[in-house]
Amino acid sequence: MPTAIFGSIEAGAIYALMALGVYLSFRILDFPDLTVDGSFVTGAAVAAVLIVGGTNPFLATLIALFCGFAAGCMTGLLHTKGKINPLLSGILMMIALYSINLRIMGKSNVPLLSEETVITKLSGFWQSLGLDNGLDALLAGTGFAPKTWGILILMLLLALVVKVMIDSFLKTDFGLAIRATGNNETMIRSFSADTDLLKIIGLGISNALVALSGALIAQYNGFSDVGMGIGMIVIGLASVIIGEAIFGAKTIVRATLAVIGGAILYRLIVTLALRVDFLETGDMKLITAFIVVCALVVPKIVERQRENQRKKRRLVQSKQKANESGEQFAAIKTNS
Amino acid sequence: MLQLKQIHKVFNEGTPDEKIALERMNLHLKPGDFMTVIGSNGAGKSTLMNLISGKLIPDLGEVIIDEKDVTTVKEFKRSRLIGRVFQDPMAGTAPAMTIEENLAIAYSRTTSRGLKRGVTKARRDFFKEKLETLHLGLENRLQAKVGLLSGGERQALSLLMVTFTEPKILLLDEHTAALDPSRAELITALTKEIVEAYNLTTLMVTHNMQQALDLGNRLIMMDKGQIIFEANEEQKQKLSVDKLLEEFQRIRGEKMSSDKAVLI
Repeated sequence: MPTAIFGSIEAGAIYALMALGVYLSFRILDFPDLTVDGSFVTGAAVAAVLIVGGTNPFLATLIALFCGFAAGCMTGLLHTKGKINPLLSGILMMIALYSINLRIMGKSNVPLLSEETVITKLSGFWQSLGLDNGLDALLAGTGFAPKTWGILILMLLLALVVKVMIDSFLKTDFGLAIRATGNNETMIRSFSADTDLLKIIGLGISNALVALSGALIAQYNGFSDVGMGIGMIVIGLASVIIGEAIFGAKTIVRATLAVIGGAILYRLIVTLALRVDFLETGDMKLITAFIVVCALVVPKIVERQRENQRKKRRLVQSKQKANESGEQFAAIKTNS
Repeated sequence: MLQLKQIHKVFNEGTPDEKIALERMNLHLKPGDFMTVIGSNGAGKSTLMNLISGKLIPDLGEVIIDEKDVTTVKEFKRSRLIGRVFQDPMAGTAPAMTIEENLAIAYSRTTSRGLKRGVTKARRDFFKEKLETLHLGLENRLQAKVGLLSGGERQALSLLMVTFTEPKILLLDEHTAALDPSRAELITALTKEIVEAYNLTTLMVTHNMQQALDLGNRLIMMDKGQIIFEANEEQKQKLSVDKLLEEFQRIRGEKMSSDKAVLI
């Protein structure tokens, strides 16, 4: 059990990169981008094929990131220049990428188990630092010691670095224009911004992060599979929505942190749900859908109940006031 | 500064709904001119604005701004030269972003946007100074989301955002029509103040005849895609709302629709 939980936090930290990408398209650009299902696998496929072919895994991962960027730009082009509806342009790109991913891999599954990957290299680097024993002491009471702390800590660090980069990017002149594009397109166009270009670049960056996440997940799991992206957009949305509901989204700095938290939390919930006896691995998509529905509906119900309680309190208070003034009135009458 | 030559625009050409929105229209604004445009619905006022801003491209004719032919220049590129305030107070600002972020976006209207920080210390001081001229206390709420402001405040902010980079042409598109009378008065006063301060070449569409007479140095009346009446500075000073209505009836030989009369 602790192994599974530890593993889900590790994976959550890697999936957080994908969730940050979805946050960029879904929240910042207000563009529900289904390309994610395809570009996640594109990242995985490119990295896997290059690594098997002997490329340095870090370089392979970087190339995967650029491929994701290109895929996102294509979706942006379809939408802006082809004037295709956002959802449809994402779906078209997703379906096209399925075939492209198969072509890249040449088969439906590329194993990486015996290869040198980013994950194995980072674990090796971490071991050379010799910090694990000290960290194990933290969990001494539980009698559980993970194989390595390296992946968890380095991947969390990566997610945080990407988060800080996104935060500061969205505060630049260019970033402000991207945010305004998702917020009020008429306005930003009247301030001399090329909204087509901003959308294309925005979607490119979003899918670059998704592909990076895909490349790392493939190396983490030890394989790339053509079906590994199915439902990825929903997982991304789940992470964004859960994160925002629990950790808040008042400012961008807070929202991006919330998205990372949401991604990890999502993995934890799924891991715990799969422990329930009557649920099977195949039920995962159903669980995901259920979680998203809960994250969307529950906050609204809570808010409505709070509002009702406030109303009740106000009603009681105004009644009390009315009674008090009534008594005073009676007192004055008897005195006179 | 702004020149329209033989501008012609037809909508739904070749269909039963064909409508001539502007018919071979000519217009010339000198630097510092402030022209008000009145006319009934469907007269072509909005089409005129959209043709100048680049949202629409004319079928025939040329649009010349600052001696440059911009007839086919795209809207977003042309907006380096043009500032526009819309009728809808929500249209000119980004509600989910803060006041200072909105101002930063407006500030980079005339430049290309790079990866430098949008809101710097120097810019913030500049924004504060400019916001003080609105007398609305917005200079103390730089980090407030614009969506929290009232319609009047948002329109005042829009007006400031559009003008503080001193556009070659300022387009005001019934920008006080959606506000209550007291707010509309405030925005009208601010408009006058700002246009005079920067000596902006301005074109203002309005349904309010009194406002059209109070503001600016020139006035045109449009109907069915044509300019049917024009007053220069001298003539404009002698005009009154009654005279304008008389003029309209004389030219068109019909009474203005009653809904227009209500708006006087």
